[in-house]
Formats: sequence, structure tokens, C-alpha cells
Amino acid sequence: MSQIMLELLLRSLWETVLMTAASGLISLVFGLPLGLALVATDRGGIAEHRWINGVLGALVNGFRSVPFIILLVALIPVTRLIVGTSIGTWAAIVPLAIAATPYYARIAEVSLREVDRGLIEAVRAMGGGRWAIIREVLVPEALPGIVAGFTVTLVTLVGASAMAGAIGAGGLGDLAIRYGYQRFETAVMVAVVAVLIVLVCGIQWIGDRLVTRLDRRA
Amino acid sequence: MTQHFATIEGVSRPLDTALSETVVRIVDLKRRFGQTPAVDGVSLTVRKGEVLGIIGRSGAGKSTLIRCLNGLEQPDSGQIFVEGREITGLSERELQPLRRRIGMIFQHFNLLSAKTVEENVALPLKIEGLPKSERLKRAAELLELVGLADKAKAYPAALSGGQKQRVGIARALAARPAVLLSDEATSALDPETTRSILALLKDINQKLGLTILLITHEMEVIRSIADRVAVIDAGRIVEEGPVWSTFADPRTEVTRSLLAGIRPQLPQAIVARLAGAGREAILRVDIAGEAVRRPLLQELATAVPSRFRLVHGGIDTIQGEPVGTLFLGVETASRGVAEVVEFLNARDARVEVLGYVTDNA
Repeated sequence: MSQIMLELLLRSLWETVLMTAASGLISLVFGLPLGLALVATDRGGIAEHRWINGVLGALVNGFRSVPFIILLVALIPVTRLIVGTSIGTWAAIVPLAIAATPYYARIAEVSLREVDRGLIEAVRAMGGGRWAIIREVLVPEALPGIVAGFTVTLVTLVGASAMAGAIGAGGLGDLAIRYGYQRFETAVMVAVVAVLIVLVCGIQWIGDRLVTRLDRRA
Repeated sequence: MTQHFATIEGVSRPLDTALSETVVRIVDLKRRFGQTPAVDGVSLTVRKGEVLGIIGRSGAGKSTLIRCLNGLEQPDSGQIFVEGREITGLSERELQPLRRRIGMIFQHFNLLSAKTVEENVALPLKIEGLPKSERLKRAAELLELVGLADKAKAYPAALSGGQKQRVGIARALAARPAVLLSDEATSALDPETTRSILALLKDINQKLGLTILLITHEMEVIRSIADRVAVIDAGRIVEEGPVWSTFADPRTEVTRSLLAGIRPQLPQAIVARLAGAGREAILRVDIAGEAVRRPLLQELATAVPSRFRLVHGGIDTIQGEPVGTLFLGVETASRGVAEVVEFLNARDARVEVLGYVTDNA
């Protein structure tokens, strides 16, 4: 592979990592509280509120049912409002983050829901309020699942960022389509796939190690 | 009784000093789930320093009752006073400071798996807002008390069931509660561990003067640590009294059936052969206190001419009082049975003719 190709590959890798990391971080910051809100406002939750729960649930489902490629285009006005442009790597981060947030919220919700109700009861019985329950029980007890879910979200984002080429965001997926597929450069295609495999395996490996270290159950 | 309480309340609320020795008072508590009443008009008093055991079959309403005491469950009607302060009708936020006066231990321990043993024990103090150094100091004291000082840095997953419950007890005591609620605390443990946990609770009750209210379905638990017992059935207290007298003279069918496991029972081989008439009457004789201390059988043999034999039986010591159940076989010839019953009744024994057998195998 030529020097130029190698540079292109490296730049694309950087773009993919940037898109994944930035939108992943945003989805964590907003998705985890959203997941907590879904669990807390649900029936029998610590802040039961049917109305809010219904609205949040519908919002999450709505965003999750729109295919990402559509969302990418549909959100262009929002993107322009936030980053000033609708083209490029940073512009792709907005739709990626908006798609990943409800996705991660659902994954976090599942882990939070699995926390033994008896533990919540124990903390209530010792005089703990909602905050204490969230801080001392829900988040720490669900942490292994929350981290494992975040790993899944990151891997999904690596895949989704391939579509971001459609709005000129670059990245490995874009490289593979333009050079590997449209120009029949098989070597580029193989190289991209190899890099993606290493990237995804790396994310998964780090995630798994973290979960093992965090999990104190048995 | 309720009238009497009402008068005292009228004089001094919310801290009725007239009942200062009462830690928990429940007045006509009711809670139903749909159409089924779980607690159906329970009135109970727990006195300072005593161990009150509430026993009942599963579904009798004991869990709902104990959960009402710290507001985990809201009753439909009735009142609960803890240290003279009414807790019924309070909001979750108003309940929080009061719950710190009520420790609770659970059947499945409910320890936080992501926290170390000392962090678990210190958690009530963290919620209360105590500085970390004080929390850990208190946690160390409590772990010393329950015999787990060396496990402070371990995680609950590394502990046995008995050790987990010891941590649960330490955690429940952290905020120096006025009363400890025990929700089937030994039901998930093996008999040997159960004994050690009960011994620990009794020890804490005596050393610290801690009031304990426990619920269980096992009479063995009541027998080993309770001072008083209340039997609950279909949401109502059907029998209440000192443990030894309740064991000696159970007044309801529920109590008798709950006692069946730990009191001497007529051997099945004889039960199978009981008939309406026969050469020998089988008597069940329940005795307690003075009746056990005197040479009752010798006196009986001297006073009545009928031949009789001891078929089965045993004497147990409950709260320092001897409580016994004897099964006698009395020959039916020449109306001897009536004489025997009369003689025993006159000496505070409770006698019941269970039936008759013919061949005394």
C-alpha cells in the first residue's frame, strides 16, 4: 500500500475514533440519567410517575425506531444549529450522539432494573432517600452492567459511524466504500476491515476487563 | 383498652410519657391488598428491652405487619407509635429521620455487593451525614461486636450466610436504633448457623438492652430468644403471652399446629391405632412450672389404683420455666381414667383423652 493510502487510513481511523468517543461520551452523560429516569418513574419505582415515564418511553422508542441513515439526514438542521455546519466529522457527532443516547438509555435501564429490590428496601429502611438509593444502590450495584452496556454502545457506534460518510464525515467506513468498493481497491477494503476488527476487539477487551474488575458479586 | 390509650394520648401528644416503657405501640392496624386483608385489626405493644416474637404461617400477614412498622408499607387504617411518636400517615421524607431509630434485618441479608463489609455497616451513618472517620470507627466497633472484625475489607460475596447476617445485624445497629426489626432473619440459614445468629441477637438484647421485634414461622426461633410471643393468623393476633405459658398451654389450633414441630408428639404408630374404645386410654398431659417440679407421677401412682404407663413425652426448659408434655396409657378397667384425669386436673395439668388402644404394643 502506498504512503498516501497509509496516511488516508490513519486519518480515517482517527476520524472514526473521534466520532465514536465523542458521541459515546455524550450518550453516557445523557443516556445514564435517562435510563435512571425510566427506572425511577416506572410503576413501583422510587419516583413513580406514570405521565413522565410514558413520555420518556415514547421519546426513546421514537428515536430508536428511525433508521440511523434517515436520522443522519433528518437531523441536519439541528446539527447546523449546534456545530454551525452540517458537513464533516464534528457534524456527524450530533446525530450519532442523538441516536446512541436512547440506545444506551435502554441498555442502562435493563441493568438498573435488575438491581435486587431488597437492596433498595434496605436503604429505605435505614432512612435513605431517593438520592441515597441512586448513589449507594442503583448505580454501584448496576455498574458492571452499565459498563458492559457502554462497551456494546461503543461497538455499535463504530459501525454506525461508517454511515456518517454520507454527510462527509470521513472515517473508516467511508474510506472502505469510496476506495475499497467504488474503486475496486481490494487491499484498502481488507486493510479497513482488519483495522476495524482490531478496534472493536480492543474496545470489547477493555470493557470486559473493566467489568471483571468492577463485579464484586461472587 | 383502646379507650384507655385514647385518654392518655389526649393528655400528652406526641411524646406520651405515661407509656415511656413502651417502644412500639400498634393500635387496630389494618392493611388489605385488593379484597384480601393482610393485616386485619392488629393491636400490639412492644416494651423496652423485650424480645417480642410474632409467629404465623406464610401468608398470615406477619411480613406486612413488620413492614408497616418502618413505613415500608402504608397501612389503610390504625396507628403505629414508635417511642411515642406516631409514624402512620407520614410522608416518605418525614419518615426518613424516624427510620434511623428503627434497625431492620432481612431474610436475604440485603447487603450491597459493591461495598465492602465495613462500608455496608457504615452506610446508615453515611446517609445520616456523619464524617468518614467516625463512620469507620463505629463500623469497626460493631464488627467487633458481631465477631467479624477481620472481614472489614472483604466483600459480601466472600462471606457465608451466617457471616452475611452478622454484617446485616451490625449494619442495623449502626445508627443506635431504639428497636430492631427482624424479618425472618434466620429462615435462609441452616440450623447450626440459625442458633449462632439467635444467640448473637439474644446477647445484644441483654448486653445493650435492645428491644427486638421479630417475625418468623419457626417456633424454634421463638423458643430460643423471645420473651413474649404473639401468634398471627389471617391478619389477626389470635394468641399472645409469655413464651413459656403459651408453649405450655396453647389456646388456639394455629398455635398447637405451629408448636407441633418442637413439642413431643404421640408416635405415629400409636396414632394409627387409636380407636373410640379399648383396653387402654391414651392421655396427653401438659404441665408447666410447679406441676413439673413436684413428683407428679409418683403421687398419681399412690393416689389412684389404676395401672398406667408412660408412652412418650419430654420436658423442656423455656425462659427458665420447665414445660412438659407427657403421654400416658391408662387401663380403662373400673373407671380409672376419670380418676386419673381428675387427679391431674387438680394439680394444674391439662389433660386430654386422645383415644383408646387395645393391644399395648
